[in-house]
Amino acid sequence: MAIPFDQILIQTVNGLVNGMILALVASGLTLIFGIMDVVNFAHGDLVMLGGFTGAVTIATTGSFWLALLAAVLVIAAFGAALQATTLRPLLGRDPLTTILATFGMSLVLQKYALWQWGPSARRIQEPLTGQFQLFYLQYPWYRVLTAVLSAAIIGGFWLFLRYGKYGIWIRATMQDRIMASAMGIPVPWVHTGVFAIGAGMAAASGVLFGPLGGVTQNMGLDFTLRAFIVVVVGGMGNLGGSIFASILISLLEAYASLIVSPAQAVIVSFVVLILTLLFRPTGLFVPTPK
Amino acid sequence: MTARRSSTAYWTGFAVVLASLTIAPLVLPEFWRRFVTEILIWGLLAMSSDILIGYTGMVSFGHSVFFGLGIYGAAAALLSVKPPNLWLALLYGLTAAGLAAVFVAYFSTRLRDIYFAITTLVFSQIFYVIIFTWTAVTGGENGLTFAQPLLSLPGLWAARFTPETLHWFVLGVVTLSYLLLRRFTQSPFGMVLQAIRENEPRTRAIGYAVERYKIVAVMLSGLFAGLAGVLYAVQNKFAAPDFVFFLVSGEVVIFNVMGGMGTLVGPIAGAAFFLLLREGVSRYFTEYYLIPVGIIFTAMVIFMPQGLLGFAKRRLNQ
Repeated sequence: MAIPFDQILIQTVNGLVNGMILALVASGLTLIFGIMDVVNFAHGDLVMLGGFTGAVTIATTGSFWLALLAAVLVIAAFGAALQATTLRPLLGRDPLTTILATFGMSLVLQKYALWQWGPSARRIQEPLTGQFQLFYLQYPWYRVLTAVLSAAIIGGFWLFLRYGKYGIWIRATMQDRIMASAMGIPVPWVHTGVFAIGAGMAAASGVLFGPLGGVTQNMGLDFTLRAFIVVVVGGMGNLGGSIFASILISLLEAYASLIVSPAQAVIVSFVVLILTLLFRPTGLFVPTPK
Repeated sequence: MTARRSSTAYWTGFAVVLASLTIAPLVLPEFWRRFVTEILIWGLLAMSSDILIGYTGMVSFGHSVFFGLGIYGAAAALLSVKPPNLWLALLYGLTAAGLAAVFVAYFSTRLRDIYFAITTLVFSQIFYVIIFTWTAVTGGENGLTFAQPLLSLPGLWAARFTPETLHWFVLGVVTLSYLLLRRFTQSPFGMVLQAIRENEPRTRAIGYAVERYKIVAVMLSGLFAGLAGVLYAVQNKFAAPDFVFFLVSGEVVIFNVMGGMGTLVGPIAGAAFFLLLREGVSRYFTEYYLIPVGIIFTAMVIFMPQGLLGFAKRRLNQ
């Protein structure tokens, strides 16, 4: 059974687009883990909350860009508050406690969203309608836009980390928490800041994803699971690794869905995870200590 | 001397609880009777998970796999062989759960902590997707319904289950499991598990084959979880993919934390506490009961990580 070549190409584009959105989510997650050893089970729910905030904003103002901005700012602030109240007391305890705590938060956030906004999906209008000719399909411009935006956000963040003053603080804290503290960097605030940035990025992906799949209260789970897989495959704390892994996994899933149903295509990402764990348990890019 | 005294106190307490659980089906109304039986089943599941989480220190989100396979295994036995046979159901369910346990056990030896937790999570989802989409065999979303087997001793006699005898059967199985697990955890084997939890490299350095202990722990845990699954299938007469969804594992972890990890009895108490809380809260909050319950859980993780029983133990020791 030969698969037409242009179908493969279209799935490549789809994979890249999905991969970029996933990368946006996963970069926040991997950074949060790299810097404070917190495995944020509720990360996908931050995506979800971002989506809802965006949907509400767009319903009142009609502007997609305003919705994006609002979602990022609100959820970043919310993330900061969350971290300061529930995660700070857990600093220093074993990472499993944080998984449990964030798991509890995830449950609360999901049900809160259900309570607040109801069970039906919200739609977000894309800012850029219209399609262009991609082989035999009319491919929406918006999808390309999401990939470009995600790349821009991640790129901007990377530059910030490299050259910005606070970015350097973040990298320092990630390398050596105690030394950074000794140098005068306010480590607890850096932690809160990173969590807020991660939350903001997650919120952005929620809004970007909105027009593609709708916003529902349990969309978070899918993102969390995928993001976890990406972070493990790419190496925890490794920004470049998680971007590469996001694209890789999304591409594989896109190709797989040519053969099996999308519901089963997710097994691909699981298989990738298991293979990685078998052969390179610390991630593809972090050399496994012998 | 204190050991002797607390031992009698312990066994008296045990006898009291056992007695009250035995008369329960006779005095409680129908709904609560089923409720207590369910608490026992979930308690067994939580206890099995405690072996891994509380005693060996390996947090696993994969118990839904063992539980679900126990249910589906039992379903397979009850649907394929007529007349439905209880012991065959047990055999199938335990075998299915056991096979999964071997699989998970392999990974448990190679991964630590978080990676193990995430992998077990992924496993549950893999099984969920398989069961959900393989509609021909597993009934997909709708699950399977089947008849309740007879309580039978092969060759001797067979009788239908009444709600009371079902409850006593479950109580018997759970109590036996508890005693068995207790024997395990209080033996040198159990001590080594706890050593692994406290400081794995050191345990290895002393000379214990940590991998072997971990494998046994996973097998044990998986088998008893599968047992809980079989009991659930027998009680409720249906199987659904929901039970393999990782959220079930999540709830089991909640039971463990709430009740007290590493105490065996704790998780049963935790299961009871959570289910009662859910019953009570959902009267006021309907389906949003998870909001207050989730907040309570998160607060407990932060402030009372030793769980209810650990907390009580500390209070009583003063």
